[in-house]
Amino acid sequence: MKLTRHLLRLLALLFSFALIAAACGGSDDSSDSGGDDSSSDSDADSDDSDGESSGGDTISIAIVAPSASDDLAFTQSMIDAIEALDRDVDLQITDGTFVVDDAAAAIRGYAVDGVDVVIAHGTQFGGSLAEIAPEFPEVTFIWGTSSDTQGLDNVFAYFPAADEGGYVNGVLAAAVTETGNIGVIGPVEAGDAVAYINGFEKGATDSGDVSVAITYTGSFSDVALMAEAAQAHLSNDVDVLTGSSQAVVGAVGVASENDIPWFGTQANQTSLDENLVVASQVYHWEVVLEEMLALRDAGTLGGEAFEVNLENGGLEIEFNDNFELPDGAREAADAAIEGIIDGSIDTGA
Amino acid sequence: MSDFFTMSILVATVASGIRLATPYLLAGLGETVGQKSGVLNLGVDGVMQLSAFFAYWTVLETDNLFLGSIVGVVVGIVMGVVYAVVTVVFQAQQGISGIGIFLFGLGFSDLMFRRQVGTPRPANQLPELPIPILSDIPVVGEALFEHSALTYLAFAMVPLLAFMLRSTTFGMNIRAVGENPQAADSLGVSVAWTRTFAILIGNAMAGLAGAALVLELGIFQPNLTAGLGFIAVALVYFGAWRPAGVMSGALLYGLVAAVVLQWKAQGIIPRGASDIAAMAPAVLTILALVILAGRVQAPSALTRPFSRH
Repeated sequence: MKLTRHLLRLLALLFSFALIAAACGGSDDSSDSGGDDSSSDSDADSDDSDGESSGGDTISIAIVAPSASDDLAFTQSMIDAIEALDRDVDLQITDGTFVVDDAAAAIRGYAVDGVDVVIAHGTQFGGSLAEIAPEFPEVTFIWGTSSDTQGLDNVFAYFPAADEGGYVNGVLAAAVTETGNIGVIGPVEAGDAVAYINGFEKGATDSGDVSVAITYTGSFSDVALMAEAAQAHLSNDVDVLTGSSQAVVGAVGVASENDIPWFGTQANQTSLDENLVVASQVYHWEVVLEEMLALRDAGTLGGEAFEVNLENGGLEIEFNDNFELPDGAREAADAAIEGIIDGSIDTGA
Repeated sequence: MSDFFTMSILVATVASGIRLATPYLLAGLGETVGQKSGVLNLGVDGVMQLSAFFAYWTVLETDNLFLGSIVGVVVGIVMGVVYAVVTVVFQAQQGISGIGIFLFGLGFSDLMFRRQVGTPRPANQLPELPIPILSDIPVVGEALFEHSALTYLAFAMVPLLAFMLRSTTFGMNIRAVGENPQAADSLGVSVAWTRTFAILIGNAMAGLAGAALVLELGIFQPNLTAGLGFIAVALVYFGAWRPAGVMSGALLYGLVAAVVLQWKAQGIIPRGASDIAAMAPAVLTILALVILAGRVQAPSALTRPFSRH
């Protein structure tokens, strides 16, 4: 009887371990994992680029990011950027680190493992990085979005001029709206979300007599709340929507259900609705990552901040050809891009 | 503020509140049944997450919303079996076991999503089913009777579960094993089986809550529930372990969230106060819990494993 009880307890313990192991299994990809994850895609790219690679030896890069690597938004933009690099990369990914302490553990773990470059893809990871980076002077840490390296010699920072693409999307939205009411949904009033939204509002109001209603839900991950925020805009006669954060998929669903044009940011969101996504501001981090890695090759491990913008090609407006724009809208958008690049347009940043 | 009091906006806000309340209500009702039997399940959020994924994946592959809902329930029941084995058979500590279930649901749904779907893709959404005659009632009809089938089901479960808990033998057994399992056992009630069935009912409803959430949205992404299941557990305390009380809590939570969103959309809440306003539903719930503390009595054997020895 006593033996049976011990066996039962042992089984319960083993089961608990199994539960926890399975739980952890979902949030950590490595390049050796196979399957259809993005890390193995990256290796495939590396193989395909024989004879074209300019970076010499394979560089090991690890990404720690708050949301899923295929979120069609913030995290995916960085995964896509690594895959677009013109060098051989051994990529490891830890995504879905909503908890900063988890992210810090992953960042430290990669540094201990001797990874060449650790990308902490989230403003909220800055505090952890300030503690960890000085302990690993041979490792390059890349942190964003931030315009500040925190004075650390082995940290590069990156940030997007999201207001620029926001402005262009706003110009387009003003041309598309018929009611003159445009709805915007954001997560919290911080980071590139607020830059995008402020730029969008200025672009729209500079281009016509339109009203822009903005809702911040207070959450980066609450998809249902984003969807209801979109519904609230629709009840106020809004006929064009945009939004920022990985939770916008819920709002895009509402837009689809009600035939409302949608403007995307961070990554190309056309796949969410091939007829109603008008255009997306896409981040091409590879533009600045190439510069950072070149500096690293030359012996500079950090200490500089880089901006992606329309001028350096780090930001791009990708149009959906399936959506028929009103006459003159595309020309107005192109003129806005030109004006932002030559400095004649102020995006309000 | 004047725009808020127009009829169309008020109707839209109430309808939004009811939609938001639906998953809380389903999960909260299920948790009520479990807790009445003496079993606390903190894994509700993980069960919802897992059921939401499998319901979404089923609809993505088959376009069959009914099948997706059934799959959500079945996944909930499977997780219920696991939880019953851990807490009733092995008599493991309920709080820790529930957290294990939550972590498993969160991680495994994420893993399955990556392997089987990858990038978020839209699936069919639950259609609105206006109830004949009732939906034609001015104002009230549009706000209350133009919702999805799962929303109607959620609210229909309130009197059904109240009746089951109050007036059926099974319901009385559930209450008995939750209040005094030794006494129930001495009267010939199987505590283990009663608790197991209560857990299965609770998890089936958590599974349905996950299905309702994802099928209303028509899309899945990791951590879709965003802690919704934990709020549902809190609503059981808010509702004093009564189905009608849980419904009141879920409606309060959903309606406050809907009003806040509407006020933000109309600029009534200034942008600077946006993040603070987002906390309103949770703050109100906590306040209500504080006010109710001491006035309501939890099932006496809640979280206590039962053993004859």
